[in-house]
Amino acid sequence: MSTPTSVETSPPAATSRELKPRAAFWLPIWTLTWRELVRFFRQRTRVVGALGQPIIFWILFGAGLHGTFQAPSWAAESMSYQEYFFPGVAVMILMFTAIFSTISIIEDRREGFLQGVLVAPISRLSLVLGKLCGGTVLAVLQAVLFIAVGPLLFFLGLAPSMQIEFTLTSAALSLAFVTLLAFTLTALGYMIAWPMDSTQGFHAIMSVFLMPMWLLSGAFFPAGESGWLSWVIRLNPLTYGVAGLRRLMYWNSSSLHGVTDASSESLPSLTLCLLVTCVFCFACVGMSVWLTGRRTSKDSR
Amino acid sequence: MSASAAIAVQGLTHRYGDHQALRDLEFQVECGEIFGLLGPNGGGKTTLFRILSTLLPVQEGTACVLGFDVNNKPSEIRFRIGVTFQAPSLDAKLTVRENLIHQAHLYGLSGSTMRTRIDDRLQRLGLGERAHDRVESLSGGLKRRVEIAKGLLHDPALLLLDEPSTGLDPGARHDLWQYLQRLRSETGVTVLVATHLMDEAERCDRLAILDAGQLVALGTPDELRQSIGGDCITIGCRNADDLSGMIADRFAVQPKRVGDNLRIEREDGHEFLRDLVAAFPDDVTTVSLGKPTLEDVFIDRTGHRFWEAEAE
Repeated sequence: MSTPTSVETSPPAATSRELKPRAAFWLPIWTLTWRELVRFFRQRTRVVGALGQPIIFWILFGAGLHGTFQAPSWAAESMSYQEYFFPGVAVMILMFTAIFSTISIIEDRREGFLQGVLVAPISRLSLVLGKLCGGTVLAVLQAVLFIAVGPLLFFLGLAPSMQIEFTLTSAALSLAFVTLLAFTLTALGYMIAWPMDSTQGFHAIMSVFLMPMWLLSGAFFPAGESGWLSWVIRLNPLTYGVAGLRRLMYWNSSSLHGVTDASSESLPSLTLCLLVTCVFCFACVGMSVWLTGRRTSKDSR
Repeated sequence: MSASAAIAVQGLTHRYGDHQALRDLEFQVECGEIFGLLGPNGGGKTTLFRILSTLLPVQEGTACVLGFDVNNKPSEIRFRIGVTFQAPSLDAKLTVRENLIHQAHLYGLSGSTMRTRIDDRLQRLGLGERAHDRVESLSGGLKRRVEIAKGLLHDPALLLLDEPSTGLDPGARHDLWQYLQRLRSETGVTVLVATHLMDEAERCDRLAILDAGQLVALGTPDELRQSIGGDCITIGCRNADDLSGMIADRFAVQPKRVGDNLRIEREDGHEFLRDLVAAFPDDVTTVSLGKPTLEDVFIDRTGHRFWEAEAE
């Protein structure tokens, strides 16, 4: 075919010689995380909605189920439902903010931002980690705010007095655990959101899969002695997230006996909780990286 | 295949399920060229664009960008290309400057190098005063300029632009092209533009015309127009089939049927026109005579009109 007559010929890499062709790793993670946070705080309504609903849930269910609740054998008999529900709501906040933050993947894909990131010379792992860190920070911030503010509602008569007392150690451990859990849940949301092309689809998954997952994690009601329900609860990885947080919150307190006779109703041990959560975390993150690494026609939308 | 080509494509075929989006493409883009991919929407140029920008894998054939194979060395390519997609890739909630900072970070730029580059690109694209405005408050033309600034931050050797004039008014489109041409002459960057607009294609050094996934023409806009002999005559009539037969009998040329019209390409169109109208005064309703355009080239090579291909 014909060759052009008047073009300057320069070697292809001449103009980019200053760049070392090596993918940056931390900088993209940092920049994607920062973007996620800036976007969140520039949308005021999201800030209010994310924290408001769980607090209302906590107060209303706490008051409504107060009479019928019977504390499980591993807890102090005096434990009120609202106190039982407290770590559950904290996990709910984690779950919903973590997972909602991954909806932005669908929006980014639709708006075209994601394409720009995909053609950038960054490893797919940094892309995933950047997204996950953003969601994690948001979720942890809100859960911590709830754990700090929730007990204060006692002074307004909206919450019972609770046996939870944090020391420096237990607060630090709880924070670390909450962060791990938030990271895991964001990764779970990521792998659901990545292949989706509409936010409606995501909401459908949310109500048939994620909501029941939370309901059946011991967050809302304790696992019974036997029956299919107790099995579902025991097989749900989130159960160990809720139980782990519950144990850490009562680190110094005698309110949890932690029954030693290994009956089916006993609360899983902290070691087991950590183990299951870590495995769950690696599985979700691994799956997310794998999904992102594929080059498919989907990414070209 | 010369080693210095910015883009070299050979036997490239791509399928989405049963739909064949690209068929056995073969062409090269030389360094420093402004190269146009012209074709109707659905003609395959977006698929080709995705493959060259490393978003889609090569299924069959080979595609090399700046000497690197698209399938084996995507990260080498990603460092050296700037890509502007048809859909805006800006974050509307962030300011112009913030968008550029994120982009710079993705390409491993930071600190004073990054600031100098950003200031330079903002100034070059005339965005200096809007740097702290949120992107959602900018006009379409300005957004497009931010996109291009974004694509140029890391000094790419190849700039890939998908429908760069989408949503731009004629003035903004003119500015954009002036800027691209100046950029090319100042930095020697190679530019690939995918477009469905004839006037945009006219401004390219060379063109590849795609239709239904096939390369139907390749050359400079002038070469392509000259490939069609002389003048183009378009005849509007009541009954195209009958008239076509009558013209063929009388003038020994076979008119092409394009929609409800007939087209004839030949030298000395004005004389033919006079004879034609004199011969069939009642059958011819409208008639036009013109030098061939790129659209005529497209019709000549594909047998149908540009917009018809799009409607299919």
